[in-house]
Amino acid sequence: MAARKTTKNPNVSAEEMLGYYRDMLLIRRFEEKAGQLYGMGLIGGFCHLYIGQEAVVVGLEAAAEEGDKRITSYRDHGHMLACGMDAGGVMAELTGREGGYSKGKGGSMHMFSKEKHFYGGHGIVAAQVPLGAGLAFADRYKDNGRVTFTYFGDGAANQGQVYESFNMAALWKLPVIFVIENNQYAMGTAQKRSTSTEEIHKRGEAFGIPGELVDGMNVLAVKEAGEKAVAHCRAGNGPYILEVKTYRYRGHSMSDPAKYRTREEVQKMREERDPIEQVRAMLLTGKHATEDQLKEIDKEIKEIVNASAEFAKESPEPDVSELWTDIYAEAPAA
Amino acid sequence: MAVISYRKAINQALEQEMARDESVILMGIDVGGGTGGSGDVGSVGGVMGVTKGLYPKFGPDRVIDTPISESAIIGAAAGAAVTGMRPVAELMFVDFIGVCLDQIYNQAAKFRYMFGGKARTPLVIRTMGGAGMRAGAQHSQNLHPILTMIPGLKVVMPSNPYDAKGLLIKAIRDDDPVVFLESKALYDMKGEVPEEAYEIPFGEANILRDGRDATIVAFGAMVPRAMQAADRLAKDGVKVTVLDPRTTSPLDEEAILDSLDETGRLIVVDESPPRCSLAADVAALAVSQAFDALKAPVGMVTCPHTPVPFAPNLEDAYIPSVERIVEAVKNTL
Ligand SMILES: Cc1ncc(C[n+]2csc(CCOP(=O)(O)OP(=O)(O)O)c2C)c(N)n1
Ligand SMILES: [Mg+2]
Repeated sequence: MAARKTTKNPNVSAEEMLGYYRDMLLIRRFEEKAGQLYGMGLIGGFCHLYIGQEAVVVGLEAAAEEGDKRITSYRDHGHMLACGMDAGGVMAELTGREGGYSKGKGGSMHMFSKEKHFYGGHGIVAAQVPLGAGLAFADRYKDNGRVTFTYFGDGAANQGQVYESFNMAALWKLPVIFVIENNQYAMGTAQKRSTSTEEIHKRGEAFGIPGELVDGMNVLAVKEAGEKAVAHCRAGNGPYILEVKTYRYRGHSMSDPAKYRTREEVQKMREERDPIEQVRAMLLTGKHATEDQLKEIDKEIKEIVNASAEFAKESPEPDVSELWTDIYAEAPAA
Repeated sequence: MAVISYRKAINQALEQEMARDESVILMGIDVGGGTGGSGDVGSVGGVMGVTKGLYPKFGPDRVIDTPISESAIIGAAAGAAVTGMRPVAELMFVDFIGVCLDQIYNQAAKFRYMFGGKARTPLVIRTMGGAGMRAGAQHSQNLHPILTMIPGLKVVMPSNPYDAKGLLIKAIRDDDPVVFLESKALYDMKGEVPEEAYEIPFGEANILRDGRDATIVAFGAMVPRAMQAADRLAKDGVKVTVLDPRTTSPLDEEAILDSLDETGRLIVVDESPPRCSLAADVAALAVSQAFDALKAPVGMVTCPHTPVPFAPNLEDAYIPSVERIVEAVKNTL
C-alpha cells in the first residue's frame, strides 16, 4: 500500500478511541452474524459484507456533525450502523421481514433513513455519485452548512457519471466529499486490471478538486483526513476527494469464492493491518483501556448483534398486500 | 445427444463461434474474471459462470474484462461492430441498460436506417433478466418490453438449452444488433443439445405442445411454467397449445394467429409489469387481427405494476405462477 499515512500523536481522547473500537466491532460482529444467517438460509440473494473496511466509515463518521448526509452503494450495512441506524432494523431487512428498514421490500442493498440522513444503499454501480452531488446541491441551496459523504468503490470510479458529477460539483462548489473506498477489487477484477492510472484520488485534478490518499485501515488517519475534507467543504470551497485504501476480507458477496486472489494476500492484511486490531493495540499499549474494559465492550456488542438476529428471525414476513403499496404517493385503489 | 445445461449451451455457442470466426470477441465485466497470472485458469467466467473456460482458451485479446463502464462497453462494441467485427458484449444484468441505453437505441439500433442502409452493426448484447433470485428491485427486472419497442434492434429470449445455443449462434452471425436476454431462472435447466453448431432463425415460434382448447403464448422463463400449467390442465381434460415465440422482435405473428384460428382462446404469460408488455402487445395483435376468431377475452398473466420486491414471499407473489396460468386458461373456457 503506497503513501501510508500514520497519525503518531493524535488529538484523540481515550473515550473517543474506545468509541471507534466499539463502532468498528459492532460492524464486524454484525457482518459475521449476517454471514451466518446467510449460511443458514435465513438471508437470500445478494449480501455484501463490509468486513475489513470498518475504519473507513467509522473514521469519517467521527468527522461528521449532526445533519450531515451520507449515501453509498449496496455494501451499506457498515454505513448504516455507523450513522446510528438500528441493528435490528437492518438485520430484519436482510431477512426480508416487516420490521426491516424498507419493510422487507428493499433487502440488503436498499435501505434509507431520513432521521439519520442516510440516503440509501444503491445497487447500480456509481448511481449514488450524482445523487450525492444532488444532496449537496440542496444543502448549498439552503445554505445550511451541511456536507454530504458520497461513498463509492474503486470499480465505480470508472463509470462516466462520476466525472459528470465531479465537474458539476466543482462548477457549483457543492459541499460534497467523494469518498472512494478503494478495496482494490471490483467483484473479480483487481484494480490494476481495470484502471488506467491507479491513483484515483488524482482524478479530480482536471476539475480543480483536491484529492488525498488515505490509509483506510487506520481509523485515526481516516478521521484526520475526513476533518480536513469537511472543513474544506463547510468553508464553501466545493468538493473534496478522499481515496481511502482499504481491503475487503470476504468475497464480493456471499456467493463469491474469491478465487481471483491468494489466501496469503488476505491473510497478510488481516494479520498486519486489521483496523480493529490496530485500535485495540493502541488502546492497550497506551494504557487507555484494560483488557477487562474491552471484554466488556465485546460482550455488549455481542448482545446487540444477537438481539438484532433474534428480531430479524421473529419479525413476521410482510403481508402480501404490501406488494401493491409504496408505488406512488397516492395509495392504490382498494 | 448430449444433455447439457442452458448455461453450458450458451458457453458452447460462444466457444464454437469464437473458434470459427476470429472477428468474434467477448467483452464485459468479469467475463474472464481472473486477476491475471494465477487466477486465469480458475477464472469465474462471469457472475453466473457462463463464460467459464473461454478466457484460458482464447486469451485476454479475445475475452476482455472491462472496467465498470457500460456506456463505453456497449458503445465501443457497437463501434467495433460497424467495422465488421462481431463483438459479443455482456451486460451483466439487463437492469443496467439504464446506464447504456443511449448506445443501444440511439446508436446501434439506428445506424442501418439512419445511414441509408450503408452501415451494419453485427453486435450481440448478452444479458440476463428475471426475478426469483432475491436480488431486489435493481437486479431482478426483465426489461424486454423496453427493448422490443426499438426499431432496428432484435430481441431474443431463449427458454431452453437447445434454443439458447441455436439462437445465440444465429445472433452472432446476424448482421443487426441483437439483445440476447438470458433467463437467470433457467441457467441450470438441462436439455438435449447437438454438439455441432446450428442456427435457429429469428421470428419463428416453437410450438411445444399442441391442443385445441386454448393457446398459451409464453416468453423466456415463463415457457416452462406454461408447460407445467398445460400438464395440470390436461389432467382436467383441457388441451392447450403452448407457443414460444423465442424472439420478441421479430415476432412470429403468423404462428400466433394460425394457432388462434384453431383454438379461439388466447392466454399470454409475460414476466413483466402489464402496461406496454409483450402480453399487451400480443393481446393487441389478436384483437386487431383475429377478433372474429376469439371466443373469449384474452387472458394476460403478468407481474403487477410494481417494482420487484425483495422479501421472498412478496417476490414469489410477484412472478406469474403456474396456478395463475391455469386459472387464466380456465377463465377463457
Ligand atoms: C452499472 C452496474 N454495473 C455492474 C454492476 C455489477 N456489480 C455490482 S458490484 C460491482 C463491483 C463494484 O466494485 P467497487 O465499485 O470497487 O465496489 P466494491 O464492491 O468493491 O465495494 C459490479 C461490477 C452493477 N451493480 N451496476
Ligand atoms: Mg472495490
